[in-house]
Amino acid sequence: MSSTFDQVATIIAETCDIPRDTITPESHAIDDLGIDSLDFLDIAFAIDKAFGIKLPLEKWTQEVNDGKATTEQYFVLKNLCARIDELVAAKTASA
Amino acid sequence: MQLEYFQLIDRILDLNMDEKKITVEAQVPQHNTIFEGHFPGHPIMPGVLLIESMAQTSGWLLIALMKFERMPFLAAVKEAKMRGFVTPGECLTVEAGIVHEGSGYAITEAKVRVNGKLRCNATITFSLIPPPNPEFRRYMDAVAKRIDFPLQALPS
Repeated sequence: MSSTFDQVATIIAETCDIPRDTITPESHAIDDLGIDSLDFLDIAFAIDKAFGIKLPLEKWTQEVNDGKATTEQYFVLKNLCARIDELVAAKTASA
Repeated sequence: MQLEYFQLIDRILDLNMDEKKITVEAQVPQHNTIFEGHFPGHPIMPGVLLIESMAQTSGWLLIALMKFERMPFLAAVKEAKMRGFVTPGECLTVEAGIVHEGSGYAITEAKVRVNGKLRCNATITFSLIPPPNPEFRRYMDAVAKRIDFPLQALPS
């Protein structure tokens, strides 16, 4: 089974036509990969479907806008993948 | 339909909150300046307006599901297919259903039929944000009344 990062990187590469080998765990989706908010909706949809979760984009955006979090916490891919793993674990635990 | 005001929907026929589906009716006007240019001697409803009718239909479904607390704004149109001409005077039945409800966005599938025959369909993405100001919210309330939005269908 592929890792969360491998799945997310593949989703980003296919959704945004970004060469897969340029996507690393340290990549910032916005600052490094140039993904805009509209493309990120497509990525969020693909992630939601692939992992059976609902990325809390509204909550994350609010936290960033309020200065309670940085974009790095949610949009650097290794951090994004950690959040995905947490959401999957929470879903599994509540099932 | 009042094309000059971009009011593409006339009436909500059915809003099914359990199945998350909506059906609306939209009467294409017999006469409009749009048809003078699109096209002389062969008047047809522009495809972009058919897409808009599907977007507005989807939008009302999303407004209902979000109990007017979020407003849907068109973000992306995918797989839009114009399968047949829509001509002046025809009555459209527009249906929409939910593909995915995300956080701050949603995706719908919508179809336009005339006399039961599919004329176009599309997959549409919306971003969902709170009403930008009280005036906007009042306008949406007025439109809801005009198109027979079934307020009783909303969960209390």
